[in-house]
Amino acid sequence: MKKIVAVLALVALVAAATIAQAIPGSGLVTKGVSGEAKNLTGAGATFPAVLYTKWFSEYAAKIGVQVNYQAIGSGGGIKSISDMTVDFGASDGPMTDDQLAAAKGGHLLHIPMTMGAVVPTYNIPELSRSKQVLKFTADTLSAIYLGDIIKWNDPKLVADNPQLAKVDKYIVVVHRSDGSGTSNIWTSYLSAVSEKWAKTVGAGNSVQWPVGLGGKGNEGVAGNVKQTQYAIGYVEEAYAVQNTLPVAQVKNSAGTWMDPTAKAVSKAAEGVTLPDDLRVKMVNSSNPEAWPITGFTWILVYQQQNDPAKALALTRLLWWNLHDGQAYAEKLLYAPLPVDAIAKAVVLLKSVTVNGSQALPPELASFK
Amino acid sequence: MSRIIMLRQGATKAADPSDRRFAAFVATMSAVVILLVVGFIILLAVDSWPSIRKFGGHFLTGSVWNPVETEVNKVNFGALPFIYGTIVTSIVALILATPLALGSAIFVSEYAPSWLGRPVAFIIELLVAIPSVAYGIWGLFVLVPFMRGTIEPFLQNVLGHIPVLSALVAGPPFGQDLLTGGVVLAIMILPTILSLSREIIAQVPRLQKEGMLALGATKWEVLSQAVLPYAKGGIIGAAMLGLARAIGETMAVTMVIGNSSQKITGSLFTPGYTIASAIANQFTEADTQMYFSAIVELGLVLLLVASVFNVTSRLLVSRIMARKEGANA
Repeated sequence: MKKIVAVLALVALVAAATIAQAIPGSGLVTKGVSGEAKNLTGAGATFPAVLYTKWFSEYAAKIGVQVNYQAIGSGGGIKSISDMTVDFGASDGPMTDDQLAAAKGGHLLHIPMTMGAVVPTYNIPELSRSKQVLKFTADTLSAIYLGDIIKWNDPKLVADNPQLAKVDKYIVVVHRSDGSGTSNIWTSYLSAVSEKWAKTVGAGNSVQWPVGLGGKGNEGVAGNVKQTQYAIGYVEEAYAVQNTLPVAQVKNSAGTWMDPTAKAVSKAAEGVTLPDDLRVKMVNSSNPEAWPITGFTWILVYQQQNDPAKALALTRLLWWNLHDGQAYAEKLLYAPLPVDAIAKAVVLLKSVTVNGSQALPPELASFK
Repeated sequence: MSRIIMLRQGATKAADPSDRRFAAFVATMSAVVILLVVGFIILLAVDSWPSIRKFGGHFLTGSVWNPVETEVNKVNFGALPFIYGTIVTSIVALILATPLALGSAIFVSEYAPSWLGRPVAFIIELLVAIPSVAYGIWGLFVLVPFMRGTIEPFLQNVLGHIPVLSALVAGPPFGQDLLTGGVVLAIMILPTILSLSREIIAQVPRLQKEGMLALGATKWEVLSQAVLPYAKGGIIGAAMLGLARAIGETMAVTMVIGNSSQKITGSLFTPGYTIASAIANQFTEADTQMYFSAIVELGLVLLLVASVFNVTSRLLVSRIMARKEGANA
């Protein structure tokens, strides 16, 4: 916890030095405006729900627009926005081309809101007093989850972790049993680094796991790992920090052993070329300072809006989330969006139209 | 049957307006209930149609559940591991819960003095009020380590050398498996079976018991010759109601069963999956149409499994009742 706080402070300092205090564009949405809808509904991802809840309660207090967000899961969010039963959807995984084509209200935009990291955690009694955390490479992680490495003293693991040489025990693999964005990020990473994984299992909110026990929710996985000796699992970073689980180091694509600090998570977005639609999986970033297992979480909105009042409220809300909102991320153990991702997100936001004209109000749209 | 018809005709003859209004009212109520059920089934069938059309009977017999298309593995939905897990955990629960419930019911109603019997029955029936997620959390943090560390190694020691039974306890004990799922279910259905059995035993006419006692029968003889034969059908019905609850139970099982559909083995120590927990786990994130459709079809299959159990139990009860009536006549 302290370490994270220190790192966060450092990130804040660095950010302050480069961009001077808050993100430029903050403080422009301070009160309600006439012609703005007073209620918005959204549904989707559970992973960012804590941050969204905080955002929307702050926003209601300051701007007077009530946002009703239902954390029903990314799949449900995609379904709800595709069927146009909500004003915005939310998802931890990017929509597929098929899903985009099936959306009833036209073209959907992916606007990133924050970033999350997924971390491997484990329970090896022999190492409970050891300060040295385990180290995993892309190879060893994928082999464990494929069932190719089945013992903790496998030579491949011992090569990076000499302390495992005497742990002659079977590995108990734990994964999420429910579909989740956490699994999406984890399996996307394994797909990116392992050809065998990509070919046989693939990436998704829920997949057919080759081995292991399923725990329900982050708490289920953490609970399983905590009480099952010789287990390995993966959880959201915030969860590992709050539960003081041992968090392993992972070698990133540049060959550096990384800890999942907030800085390392934000760096991941700097190592990949962000496409203009921001529909990108950020796993296995080439940035040498990046934690390799991270992803955006998005809010999904239609580019062509029909209701001027809702369009105005929605674009102002998203502007506030992308700028003022980022300051809340660190406290709640999310990684704030890097500046260039915000810039690209703003371009997308500016492209939202209502009845043919720009939905974002001029004072925001003209902000440089 | 004929009596009912007579009664109905009587009601029409009376033709009292308020009576007719009430008849219409209750008829509407029951029509609403029936419509709800029918609508529910239609909705399930419509939503699961893409999956039914694509996979057909394979859905019931296949054991690969792969929602993600890759080069080697196509999207494929076969629910057999879920069906198997549902049936096995329910039967384990029934086998464990019925003797316990019946034993306590007999003790409470026939043996215990009322100052003891009433509180005991009350406490056991209180178990009904515990939400299932609480059972799940207790199961995960208390029962699972206990099963893994104590019960399962013990069972392996005892049964491991007996030819057929050893297959039931093969494999490393994880604690999260079909057996633990069954144990949690047993605890959950125990109060249902217990309270119904108690009611049924209490319904046994005093005359029967007193007649036996007058003939000089012991307490055990009264129980085994007068009480239990009379209550048999009802007790089986109670057990079947418990079974119905076990089949549909979701949260508690999900948290302890291991949620793994890799393979079906004979061992109770294999991590498994039930239909209800598969739905609970995967419904919210079923993000393609076929996946969603397959999950809905799981709901339909669950309904089917429950109906099969229900019909079987009704047949069983009516068979037993018929035999008894035949014996009495």
